Amino acid sequence: VTQIQFDRFTLPNGLRVVLAPDDKSTVVGVSVHYDVGFRSEPEGRTGFAHLFEHLMFQGSESLEKLAHFRHVQSSGGTFNGSTHPDYTDFFEVLPSAGLERALFLEADRMRAPKLTEENLRNQIDVVKEEIRLNVLNRPFGGFPWILLPPVLYQTFPNAHNGYGDFTDLEQASLADCAAFFDTYYAPANAVLTVTGDFPVERAKELVHKHFGDVPARPAPNRPSFGEPPPATELRGEHLDPHAPLPAFALGYRLPDPVQDLDAYVAHVVLAGVLADGDSSRLKQRLLHRQALVTDVNAGCGLFGPFEARDPDTFTVTAMHSPSVSVDTLLAAIDEELEALSATGPTEEELAKVTARWVASLHREHDRMVPRTLALGSFELLHGDPALVYQLPERMAAVRQDDVMAAAKSLRPDSRAVLTVRPAGGKA
Amino acid sequence: MTRTAEEIGRTELGPRAVPPLGEQRVAADLSTVDTVLPNGLRVIAVHQPSVPMVELRLRIPFAGTDPLHAARAEVLSATVLTGTARRDRVAVDTDLALVGADLDAAVDPERLSISGNSLASGFDTLLDVLADALTGAAYPDGEVTRERDRLVERITLARSQPGTIAREALQRHRYGDHPYTREMPEAADVATVSAEEVRALHQASMLPRGSVLIVVGDLDLDAAVARIESATSGWASAESAVSLPDLPAVTGGDLLLVHRPGAVQSQLRMSAQAVTRTDPRYPALQLANLAFGGFFSSRLVENIREAKGYTYHARSALEFAGSGATLLLDTDTASAVTAAALLEIRYELGRLGLVPPTASEVDTVRRYAIGSLLLATSSQSGLASQLAALAVLGLDMDWLAAHPARLADVTAEQIAAAALEFFAPANFTGVVVGDAQTLGAGLRALGGVLMP
Repeated sequence: VTQIQFDRFTLPNGLRVVLAPDDKSTVVGVSVHYDVGFRSEPEGRTGFAHLFEHLMFQGSESLEKLAHFRHVQSSGGTFNGSTHPDYTDFFEVLPSAGLERALFLEADRMRAPKLTEENLRNQIDVVKEEIRLNVLNRPFGGFPWILLPPVLYQTFPNAHNGYGDFTDLEQASLADCAAFFDTYYAPANAVLTVTGDFPVERAKELVHKHFGDVPARPAPNRPSFGEPPPATELRGEHLDPHAPLPAFALGYRLPDPVQDLDAYVAHVVLAGVLADGDSSRLKQRLLHRQALVTDVNAGCGLFGPFEARDPDTFTVTAMHSPSVSVDTLLAAIDEELEALSATGPTEEELAKVTARWVASLHREHDRMVPRTLALGSFELLHGDPALVYQLPERMAAVRQDDVMAAAKSLRPDSRAVLTVRPAGGKA
Repeated sequence: MTRTAEEIGRTELGPRAVPPLGEQRVAADLSTVDTVLPNGLRVIAVHQPSVPMVELRLRIPFAGTDPLHAARAEVLSATVLTGTARRDRVAVDTDLALVGADLDAAVDPERLSISGNSLASGFDTLLDVLADALTGAAYPDGEVTRERDRLVERITLARSQPGTIAREALQRHRYGDHPYTREMPEAADVATVSAEEVRALHQASMLPRGSVLIVVGDLDLDAAVARIESATSGWASAESAVSLPDLPAVTGGDLLLVHRPGAVQSQLRMSAQAVTRTDPRYPALQLANLAFGGFFSSRLVENIREAKGYTYHARSALEFAGSGATLLLDTDTASAVTAAALLEIRYELGRLGLVPPTASEVDTVRRYAIGSLLLATSSQSGLASQLAALAVLGLDMDWLAAHPARLADVTAEQIAAAALEFFAPANFTGVVVGDAQTLGAGLRALGGVLMP
């Protein structure tokens, strides 16, 4: 995979910086990852981490409401932010002439965001519309990322709905916002990533100029969110008023993505062998040979692999005809997992998964938004952005017995089964 | 440490000045070949070696007037990559996967699109699998039957999505039963499609003449074109691929309220006639649309999202079809504020023509249009998709390269003229999908909405 020279350093206020210059590019990417996601929000404040992400766009000391968007877009750029279980990211990608402006915008809101009652109320309304759009008013809303965790996990941080209940959102106060910012949005709790077309020395100078006087605050203690895996098969059912077909999601616990990366990668390979492409085992059997499901997928992480710390979730999801019972499908999946844990995948199956993974990494690297965000999240979660580019090697090193062990670890007596039942009573 | 929100928002130094833009490096010109092969297939190949990959886009005009065309075309697109005389379905996927490749087919009322990518080292295999399907897709009976059944289920699922319900209602409301409206076939029609019919459709409509193949990536252009020519040499016909008959112009009129019982949110979709990329007014229209609702810093988003909190998502965009284009506004809002959101949309439509974009708005949309084009075409996949959208209008890499200059030359007066001409509220028609019990009173009072 394309070799990239990194420059990494830490400012006196604790901000970690990753510079990844690329002289073939004419655009730059700037991102800030804060080490707080929805697993850290307190009980009674579900959805707060995501709501606070919205508020970070609502102005800062030097920028009126709406100014952030206008400055990025009038520089020809795009922006966004997203809230994950363990971190919240913000980014701008723009023609390289906008580099200093993007750094200024991120520094200004890291230093002094303007948190007002009016903007809080407005963004609570906006977030409620987002939830109506993505969850409440559509079939399979929140499937499986909101619905599966409360079946698989026992503790509040892992089990609760990261989008939040409307009641909790409405109770959010300005004092909550101030405390959340002071606790979690400290420079020492963040990673700044700059990618694309810039001279390294110039970028360093600009990073010091704009972020150097963001006041230091201590990084919060990061609690472990670990909890024991299920000691039995856990079942849950969700009635979906809009779904036309039943569906289910299986949730299994994954090896610790940070402490045991190689075992985690073996599970990523396993997911590919199970359900990536028409020639994968579950697609061949359930979709094509026996035609029992409308679709079946498998993967690491509720938002994709390498997006969270421990505990992380391996999922198998399927949508199926009401005439096929869930137990029939579970038995078929368990048989395939048993076969894999007994005899492992073929060399050809491993080669297919690895080649597709290498290709997808190249494509990700070719687009500045995913490139920037991947480098930032690997620095934040793993302390090493270069890992992104070592993944193909790690994946190619996965052998048959690694996948056998991974398949063996997905045990029926230690998983969650979430079923979704159509409950609309209308077409 | 406990600070108030107000204390957090202030520093001793006070507000700072936003830094100016720096120097912009100009992208190197990309070498390109744009040629028509003896079988009538247009090939555009671009050398863009940012990563060792190749992106491929094939666009085949694929229109039909038979009432069952949409159903047959949908089954064809679901099974064209499921086997040939040389490869069964598993072999197709295996051969692709081993070279890090993917290939997918999709169909709409205008065309069949086959899109994919591979490691540059696997380009020959990608081409071979593609050509094998184009000339020898077998449509095995078993694959057709299974995919047909799956399609019926997927169509049922899609029709339970409020976005699909709104899209179909809008298409019927603005175009009646023109073939362009058949974006998704009826499940009952799909259930009748036989493998024989699909094979016949392939024979009649999967044609190189009039189609375009785009490859962008880490390629030697001359060698790539030669390989494409030899791989597709067996794909030939004297006939040309079939284009969709021109669409009637959209005329303004009442919105139609479509009842969706119990909905907690409504879909507003509005449309008006516009002009396509080849029209001299297009660059001004593109910028006027941005100012209206084409990006976040637009009047529509700042009004109904950021000031009023009526919606998470509001957008206006140009939709290209055949030799024309339309404006499409879409937003989803809570039932309680749907009528109020419609009132604001109509207000902003009127205001765009009467109080045209200011110098600062013009500056912002112009920079955004030029910059976002640079961003969108800076990756292989983005450039390939952009070229595919242009090529179906007969446009090429030169048009793309000249577009920033076109945007730079548009005057504020031209933008104001486009705003007045294309955004007049009376030009628009559309639909509202939501719970009529909740929405009825407000929409009736506002007027211009046909009740169910």
